[in-house]
Amino acid sequence: MKKLLSIILLATIAAGGCKKESEFLNVDPTAILNNEQAFNDPALVLSMLANFYNRQTDFSTVKNWESMADFSESFPSQNGGPKSIVERNQWDFGFWSTWDYTLIRELNLFLHRLNNATKLKDDEKKRFAAEGRFLRAYYYFEMVKRMGGVPLILEPMTWDYKGDPTYLQHARATEAGMYDFVIAEMQAIRPDLPADINIKSRASRGAALAMECRAALYAGSIAKYGAVTPTVSLPNGEVGIAVAKAQDYYTKALTAAQLLISGNAGTYALYRRNADLSENFAALFYDKIGNPESIFIEDFKLKSGKVHGFTQVNQPRFGAEEEEGGRINPSLNLVQAFEKLDNTFGPLPVKGGDGNPIYYDNQTQIFAGRDARLAGTVMLPGTLFKRRQVDIWAGYVLADGSVVTGDDRGSQKTLPGTTQPVQVVGYDGPIHGKEHTAQSGFYLRKYLDPTAGSGSRGTGSEVPFIRYRYAEVLLNAAEAAFELGQTGVAAGYMNQVRERAGLTIPLVAGDINLGRIMHERRAELSFEGHVVFDQKRWRNAHVIWDGVPMNEADLLANIGSPSKHSTQPYSLWPYKVHNPGSPTHGKWIYRIIKSPLVTGTNRFRMGNYYSFINNDIRSNNPKIIPNPNQD
Amino acid sequence: MKKFCSYILPLLAVLAASCKKDNFDPPAARLHGRLVYQGEGIQVEYNQVPFQLYQFGFGKVGPVSNTQFTQDGSYSVLLFDGEYKLTVPNGQGPFLWKKQANGRPDSITVKMSGDQQLDLEVTPFYMIRNVQASAAANKVTATFGLEKIVNGVDGKNIERVNLYINKTAFVSSGGDYSIASSQKGSGAITDPAAISMEVNIPALVPAQSYIFARVGLKMQGVEDMIFSPVIKITL
Repeated sequence: MKKLLSIILLATIAAGGCKKESEFLNVDPTAILNNEQAFNDPALVLSMLANFYNRQTDFSTVKNWESMADFSESFPSQNGGPKSIVERNQWDFGFWSTWDYTLIRELNLFLHRLNNATKLKDDEKKRFAAEGRFLRAYYYFEMVKRMGGVPLILEPMTWDYKGDPTYLQHARATEAGMYDFVIAEMQAIRPDLPADINIKSRASRGAALAMECRAALYAGSIAKYGAVTPTVSLPNGEVGIAVAKAQDYYTKALTAAQLLISGNAGTYALYRRNADLSENFAALFYDKIGNPESIFIEDFKLKSGKVHGFTQVNQPRFGAEEEEGGRINPSLNLVQAFEKLDNTFGPLPVKGGDGNPIYYDNQTQIFAGRDARLAGTVMLPGTLFKRRQVDIWAGYVLADGSVVTGDDRGSQKTLPGTTQPVQVVGYDGPIHGKEHTAQSGFYLRKYLDPTAGSGSRGTGSEVPFIRYRYAEVLLNAAEAAFELGQTGVAAGYMNQVRERAGLTIPLVAGDINLGRIMHERRAELSFEGHVVFDQKRWRNAHVIWDGVPMNEADLLANIGSPSKHSTQPYSLWPYKVHNPGSPTHGKWIYRIIKSPLVTGTNRFRMGNYYSFINNDIRSNNPKIIPNPNQD
Repeated sequence: MKKFCSYILPLLAVLAASCKKDNFDPPAARLHGRLVYQGEGIQVEYNQVPFQLYQFGFGKVGPVSNTQFTQDGSYSVLLFDGEYKLTVPNGQGPFLWKKQANGRPDSITVKMSGDQQLDLEVTPFYMIRNVQASAAANKVTATFGLEKIVNGVDGKNIERVNLYINKTAFVSSGGDYSIASSQKGSGAITDPAAISMEVNIPALVPAQSYIFARVGLKMQGVEDMIFSPVIKITL
C-alpha cells in the first residue's frame, strides 16, 4: 500500500511536468499586455489615448507661465530666469520649435494596431481611430505653426537592420500640404466624433470643426500676407503658400465656423452667466459646470494627481495662500489697448492737457468706461481677488511732486508733518526688482482660480486650459468673412463677442478692417497662446516687435493701430497724494514708468517666422532643408 | 617618506603624464578681415549679419563656426589649420553675396595654416557717401548722400533712413545701441544724393562731453540695414 502511494505520487508529478519542450519557456508575462490584449478592451484603448492627450504640445498654457509673460504683453516678476525676457534683444531662431516624432510614431502605431483589432465594437473603434487621427493632426498643426512644412509621416516606419537608413528619410512637406492635411483629416473624422458639447477634454465634433476652422484661417492668412514678406519663403513651398490659394482657405474657414455656429456639433454659446461682465469674463475660464463656451480643453482635477500651480504662482502676493505669487504682471501696453465703451481707443488719462496729473477719488476710477475684458483679464489696483483687495500702490506723492516710498512690501515711514510711521507702499508693491510684487502695477486675472486652496502647493488648481472656445470661432468667422469681402457678416460676428464685453454700440460693415480684427483677437484672446502665431500669420510680427526701444510718446501714440510697435513692457503706478489741507489730499494719481530692469527690446527677425530646425535633425536626415533667413 | 615614494610619487607621475594625452591645443590660426566694396569697408549692424564656416568630412551638417560681423564689418575667428568654406547665408546682409546657379550661396575656400587676412568683396545695394555730422544747440545734424550700387532686377528701393546717436561707440537701432534716433521715410527724401537729418540729444546720465552718431539705411525687402561709419562728436 505504501508502495502504491509513492507510485501514484510519482506518476502525478511526472504528468504535471509533461510539457512540450518548445513550450517550456513560453510563459505569458504577467506585467505587460500584448497588442492583442491591449487593443481588444475599450478601457485599455482609452488609457492609451489618455497618454496621447497628455503629451500634446501647447503654447503658453497654465502649466508654464513663463511663455505667457513674453512679447511685451507683461512683465515677469521673477529675479532670475524669466527676467531675461525683458533683458534680451531678440529671440533666438530656435524659439518655439518642436520636433516630437516619437509621439507621431506612437500615434501611427496606435492607429495601425487599432485598425487590426478584431474584438472592439465598430462604433467604438471608429471613435478611437478618429481621436487618434485628431491628436496626430493636432500635433502636426502645432508643428506647422512653428516649423513650417515638416515630413508628413502617416504610417509607422520600421528599421530593417540592413544599414542604410535612406528609405526612412523623408523630405519636408509643403506648408500648404500640412494645412491641407489638417483640414482634410478634420473633415474625414467629423462624422465619427460625438456631437456633444459636454465632451471637452476628448475630441468632439465641435473640436474637429474648430481646429479645421483655425487651420484654414491660418493657411489663408499666410497665403495672403506672405506677399508682405517675400523673403520668408522657400522655393519648393516648405515655407510660404501661394497667394492664389487664400480665397479657398478663407472659404473653408468660414464654412467650418458657420457649421459650428449653426449648431451642427451641438449648441455652443458665449458664456453669459454673470451680470458683472468682467467677472463673467473671468468666470468663463474657471467655471467648469456645463460651460457652453469651451470646446476643447486640457482638463485638470483636484486630488487626481493632475493639477497645476498657475494660481499659486500668479495669485496676488498679499494674503497669498503660499509665500509666492504675482509672477505675470500685464503691461500698460496691453492694458491701455482695451477700448473705451464708445468703440474708440485712447490712453488712460494720467495727465491733463496742462501737463498736471489728474486726481482720482479711488484707484479703479481711471479704468472706468472700458471694455469689460480689461478687468476680466487683468487684476487692476483696487479690485478684489478671493474677497481681498489687492494692495498695489507705489507710495505717497508730496505737494512738491517728490515721492515717499519703501523698498519692501508694505514698508513704513514717517511722512513729513507727522510723527507716527505709516505704510508707504502696498503689500503687493510695486517695487522695482522685488519679485512677486506687481512690478507693472497689475496682476493677471485670467485663469486664476477663486476656489479656496487653489493657491497652495499641496492642493493646486483644476481650472482647465481652454484650447478652443466659441468666441475664437466667432472671431475666426469674422476674419474669414472680412477677407472674403463680407464685411457686414464679419461685423455681425464681431458684435456678438463685443456685446458680451459690454461694447454695446455695434460695429457696422464700414468699421471692419484687419486692424480691428487684430485688436479684437488681442483683447479677447490675450494670454491664450495666440499672440505670436497670429502676428506670424499676418506677417506683422517684425513690424510690432521691431527692436526699437520705446519712449512714453511712442507708448501713448496710435493706440489700436496694427503697426504700433510694442517692444518693451511699460508700467502704470498708482500713488496716494499726501498734501494736508489741499483738496487733492488722499486722492490718487498715476505715473507711467519704464522699469529700469527693462533693458532689452523685442526684435522679431525674419528668421523667427519659422523656427530653426537644428543641425542634429538635419544631419540625421539630409533631405530636410533649413528654414529661410537663419544662420 | 617611504609612503611618499611608493604611493604619491607614482600617482603624481601618472597625473602629469595623462595631462598631455587628454588636452588638445586650442585653435590658434586667426582668420580675420572685413567686408569691402572696391576697397571701402561696409558697415553693418552689430551682431546681425552672420557668416558661417564649414568643414567637410565629419559626417555632420551644419557650420563649424556661426558668428556675426561686428558693426564696422570686420570679423575674426580662431581656427585649427585645415581647409574651410566660408559663406554668408541667403538673405543675410545688406549686400549681394555671390550665388550658385541653383540659388544657394556660393562659398570661398579658405586654407588655414597660420594667421590669415581675408577681406570679403561684396556688392552692397547702396553706399552711404560723404557723411558729415555735427552738434549744435542740443541737436545732432548729419548730412550724407546715398549712391545706388545695384541696379536692375536685384536693385532695392529705399525704405527709410535713420540717424542714431548713442553714448557709446556701439550705435544702431537695438535696445542698448541708441539713446535717440530720428527717421525719414523714402517719401520725405527728395534728393538721395543730399540728405540732411537731425535728432535731439536727450539728457545724458551721467553727463559726458561727447556722443557717437551714425546713419543707417533700410531697403525694402532687405532685413539688414547698411550703415555709415561711427562718428564721434564733441559737444
